[in-house]
Amino acid sequence: CLRLFSGIWSQLCKCLFKSLFFLTITFIFRNALLEGEANKVGCSLPAARKTGTTICGVVFKDGIVLGADTRATEGMIVADKNCSKIHYISPNIYCCGAGTAADTEMTTQIISSNLELHALSTGRLPRVATANRMLKQMLFRYQGYIGAALVLGGVDCNGPHLYSIYPHGSTDKLPYVTMGSGSLAAMAVFEDRYKPDMEEEDAKRLVRDAIAAGIFNDLGSGSNIDLCVITKGKVDYIRPHDEANKKGVRTGDYKYKRGTTGVLTKAVTPLALEVVEETVQTMDTS
Amino acid sequence: MEKHCTNSQVKGVSTGTTILAATFDGGVVIGSDSRASMGGEYVSSKTINKVIQVHDQIFCCMAGSLADAQAVTKAAKFHLSFHSVQMESPPLVISAASVLKELCYKNKDELQAGFITAGWDRKKGPQVYVVALGGMLMSQPVTIGGSGSTYIYGYVDAKYKPNMSRDECLQFATNALALAMGRDNVSGGVAHLVVITETGVEHVVVPGNKLPKFHDE
Repeated sequence: CLRLFSGIWSQLCKCLFKSLFFLTITFIFRNALLEGEANKVGCSLPAARKTGTTICGVVFKDGIVLGADTRATEGMIVADKNCSKIHYISPNIYCCGAGTAADTEMTTQIISSNLELHALSTGRLPRVATANRMLKQMLFRYQGYIGAALVLGGVDCNGPHLYSIYPHGSTDKLPYVTMGSGSLAAMAVFEDRYKPDMEEEDAKRLVRDAIAAGIFNDLGSGSNIDLCVITKGKVDYIRPHDEANKKGVRTGDYKYKRGTTGVLTKAVTPLALEVVEETVQTMDTS
Repeated sequence: MEKHCTNSQVKGVSTGTTILAATFDGGVVIGSDSRASMGGEYVSSKTINKVIQVHDQIFCCMAGSLADAQAVTKAAKFHLSFHSVQMESPPLVISAASVLKELCYKNKDELQAGFITAGWDRKKGPQVYVVALGGMLMSQPVTIGGSGSTYIYGYVDAKYKPNMSRDECLQFATNALALAMGRDNVSGGVAHLVVITETGVEHVVVPGNKLPKFHDE
């Protein structure tokens, strides 16, 4: 623990002089200290909920199609069978998130809020490159400790753009991207069938098939397929686009029908109870 | 030149690369492959351009962690454009290399990125500088870097001659990149080459199937 503390202290000192990269030492310092404290008592910090996901995006003729599965896992258990992984950034920009659920949620909300303020300040519709810059600068500042792998897509004044953003802060601008634990399965579908300048229906079908490949071949992805089609002036948030894993109807039932057991006699005894006190306590739902 | 760290220690997406730069008579050729990998087993991008323009006639190649390299080159680009406005003249290649060196040296504990800077300026003509992992700055007529460079040290030592012609140097660079990409698993894709001379900048992209083939392929 002493070695850990001195290591953090030297890092703290170095960080204070490194204004160029604006490393926010407060969070790294505090979390490391908390983890040390927890380990001293013999507990470990709760594991963060990861999305174990398949997300992907593709550029087509008029815009972008983003796709995601809807399973959120907590270790080996499915924590949420129908969570939403396509997050709103601005009216023309949406972002899919893989990795730690809290990190993707909060990061996209923070950037969405900053981008709205920026758009009000410039008086223009925000650009995808701006959202990309903000996200990569924030993730780099946290040196990969924010586990958010994102697929950012949107249509702005310069046309449709698609970026993939890794947790350490590197970005790639590509015509088709996949992220998450199921990314290899989805990328296999893209590599086979992607063509530049597809029509909207072809693009939607391609994304649906890529996510389906992730859902059926990756244990960390499952449930339904969500799609988001962004074109100039219009956003189609289709949730769910494809209920690939609907819960089946039970064929048998353990309940017995009334009348299965024959009733021989029935005796009814009314109990004489009088109301002593009656009070109503309303819940404060304001 | 300092041995490059192994890919398994690089955080996040690594460029795991082959980069090189060589001076010829009247200019300089700078080139790289185009593969970005994760953990040495997944190619996260087949087509990234590792040759970044930091000023009109100064380019730099990045190697190491992609996140660190992108952040440093963006900061360097800003510093350099500000510097050139202050000096009211295009920056010298050594200034560009020094800016990168300052960033790499001051933050050497957090960063894992190395660079090769090449360009043309009016004072010294064509130059090549290498900024290694810890922030060492050196000027060399020809230099190679990245994980794939280990496979072509022999070729470069044998085949490089000072004061080659432009086409000879371009062929030399293409051959070197092709040989490295053929042997290193984390280098591949297309070969991006940039020829910088007094008159201007020319981009040459050699797709994978047009790369020179050697006897066993």
